[in-house]
Amino acid sequence: MRLEPKPAPSLAASILYPVGAIFGTFIIAGLLVMAAGANPISVFGLVLKGAAGSQFAILETLTRATPLIFTGLAVAVAFRAKLWNIGAEAQFYIGATVTVILGTGALPLPAFILVPLLMIAALLCGALLLAGPAWLKIRFGVDEVVTTLLLNFIVLLFVSMLLEGVLKDPMSLGWPQSAKVMTEAQLPRIITGKRLHYGFVIAVALAIALWFVMKKTVLGYEMRAVGHNAGAARFLGMPVNGIVMKTALLSGGIAALGGFSEVAGLKGNLTLDLSPGFGYTGIVVAMLAMLNPIGVVFSAIFVAGIFVGAAAMSRAAGVPSYIADVIVATSLLTMVTAIMLSRYRVRWR
Amino acid sequence: MSTNIPALRLTSITKRFGPLTANDTISFDVNQGEVIALLGENGAGKTTLMNILFGHYVADEGSVEVFGQTLPPGDPKAALAAGVGMVHQHFTLADNMTVLDNIALGTQSLFRPRLDRTAAKTKIARLAQDFGLSVKPDALVADLSVGERQRVEILKALYRDARVLILDEPTAVLTPTETDALFKTLKLLVAKGLSIIFISHKLHEVMAASDRVLVLRAGKLSGERQTAATNRRELAELMVGREITPPAVPTVPLGPVLFELSSVSTARQAHGTPLKHADLILHGGEITGIAGVSGNGQAALAGLIAGTETPSAGTVTVNGNTISGWSPRAALAVGIARVPEDRHSQGAVADMSVMENVIAERYRDSRFSRSGLLDWAAARKFTQSIIEDYNVKCPSPDARIRLLSGGNMQKLILGRALDPDPSVILANQPSRGLDVGAVAYVHQKLLEARSRGAAILLISEDLEELLALSDRIVVISEGHLSRPSARGELTVRQIGEMMAGHEAA
Repeated sequence: MRLEPKPAPSLAASILYPVGAIFGTFIIAGLLVMAAGANPISVFGLVLKGAAGSQFAILETLTRATPLIFTGLAVAVAFRAKLWNIGAEAQFYIGATVTVILGTGALPLPAFILVPLLMIAALLCGALLLAGPAWLKIRFGVDEVVTTLLLNFIVLLFVSMLLEGVLKDPMSLGWPQSAKVMTEAQLPRIITGKRLHYGFVIAVALAIALWFVMKKTVLGYEMRAVGHNAGAARFLGMPVNGIVMKTALLSGGIAALGGFSEVAGLKGNLTLDLSPGFGYTGIVVAMLAMLNPIGVVFSAIFVAGIFVGAAAMSRAAGVPSYIADVIVATSLLTMVTAIMLSRYRVRWR
Repeated sequence: MSTNIPALRLTSITKRFGPLTANDTISFDVNQGEVIALLGENGAGKTTLMNILFGHYVADEGSVEVFGQTLPPGDPKAALAAGVGMVHQHFTLADNMTVLDNIALGTQSLFRPRLDRTAAKTKIARLAQDFGLSVKPDALVADLSVGERQRVEILKALYRDARVLILDEPTAVLTPTETDALFKTLKLLVAKGLSIIFISHKLHEVMAASDRVLVLRAGKLSGERQTAATNRRELAELMVGREITPPAVPTVPLGPVLFELSSVSTARQAHGTPLKHADLILHGGEITGIAGVSGNGQAALAGLIAGTETPSAGTVTVNGNTISGWSPRAALAVGIARVPEDRHSQGAVADMSVMENVIAERYRDSRFSRSGLLDWAAARKFTQSIIEDYNVKCPSPDARIRLLSGGNMQKLILGRALDPDPSVILANQPSRGLDVGAVAYVHQKLLEARSRGAAILLISEDLEELLALSDRIVVISEGHLSRPSARGELTVRQIGEMMAGHEAA
């Protein structure tokens, strides 16, 4: 088997391949569902119903998509400049931690000042967290995949230490969780009584803003150039190191905003299960969107829908909800395969 | 040698890459004891054809026969076993192993614990003796010169009993003296009944070394001539498809000193030779040509002018000002135009659009961006003017620059570089890989800039190009720059000897 490069894919191909990838995902997942002794068609029907079959389902999917949009955007921005930020999980937790530290009464301010202040604080701390690995990459050529990945564990243990210590809520009956943030620190719900909050609106607005940055600004142009060919960018006079650092600050900040949004909008306090791997799933979300910020919104909703729908399906059909992880993981593999197939022709012998 | 079966027969080989037909129904025979030159411009399909022959690619149509046996497509092992040997342009040797190990590598079963070194050594010694390929079998490849490495590559093929030897641009890295030695070896090889295919785009070498010439143009076999019965002009026309005229070099008054290196050294780099106490003066209205075998410090010299390299000792003066804080941006700011050696890794971001590439050196200027926002309308207008002025064939300013041919990409890079009317121009291998029409265009633009009073440094591996354009020639060898010699002062042979490191007489 060998690969030969193809000329630029046509428009039809660039639509056909991703659609084929999703289709392939469901065939592979369907085989597993059959192995679990259920009918794939009815199982996928139940997933769809659970994800989008009612107002409750739709709102739940969008609520679940919100943190994924933030982490997906953080990853998409970084990957676009070929900065491999695998540490969105850590940045997410740092954003949440800062929100809890400043939002539980330390700053007695009205909401219209406190909320923006918390957002800026989260943004800064997340940016700083990724600035370290970015500096090591620029200065010493340290692989940021390793440093950002390892920081995830360091930060999670650090948060665990805080939750067992200074941040532990005395009213929590011994559970490692923080106190709730003040009402003034919270993001309001979009529909009273439902879980969907204004974090979703912020996330979508951020996606549109980033699309604009990528398309229309000097920074976006520089980031794309560095991502495609850092050597050429350097030769052409672009400040490559500075661009990598700016990308890192932006990416880390965005992921941390996701942590702020999840605490201030939904959970209210910090626990060790605040994120069931949003940082890592953000990588899948960004790749599915082919790093397009607007695409991230849709791929985040798709991935969130799979998780929410599979949970509902599992209650009804008795197939374990782990099938959601399988579908999401498979969709990443089929998508990467589809991207490769759109660029190379495969020759058998 | 007494048989009539051709050593190699290609029958209507066709290979397409999407809409591009790289090889179009190509058929030819190579007889035993014959040197065939495969002549063609870059992009004519020479390398694709050889890759099919050697089994790296699978042809869409057609077949390859070696001594009457059809080769299975896409199987380099079968090609090797049938006696086809290939010497690539970029050598495939392991630097950290000895000559003997490199030659014997892959010829013995993995399950044999030890190489039979004495037998291997005897065979290599015999081959070396027969064909004038002197090598030291126990030397490390890393310690060998480029010419010696090439001899090892040829021995490697012969060690595997190659009967058909393919040499891909074998002279690109050799000095004129080494080239002569190579041609002597080729004569000895064909005398023993081997067949040789020798790929080149240099006409004088083809005339000197081959028995028969096959000319490829745009994927098709455009001509076949007995070398004795043709001439360079005819071959050039077959290669290009029309008549070519050398550039006329007008007389231009010598301008002021615009760029000066005085006793400049550069730090050692991972690749390539650093400059050692180099002195160089570039005047306006003058083209200074740098001749040298590649890898002798050209990269460091080009980097110094382009701003990617900083001097570790000595001073660089541009327009009378000694530079400090040197960088690509600083070089652009003082009016240096850069045409880099490698269009794909330096000159352009291949996956970005034509427009994005055209503004890449000046996007911060107020004409293209204000307060961090790019003015794409202005960029598009500027790109369109470059496309028109430089006669670039390109579907639109939004097309990815990767899709353009080398010549069109080079025209865009040239347009981008020359637009601000620079005072100093670095042209590093400006015509490499271009078709003859594009080469003439590049030369014309450089001469126009010279007439406007720019100081031009032309680095090229093509001596003919250097001699045609340069007012003065400087030879670079192991990081040292020679004293400049005026046009016509030195013969090609003298330049060649200086390239090999000998002082001019």
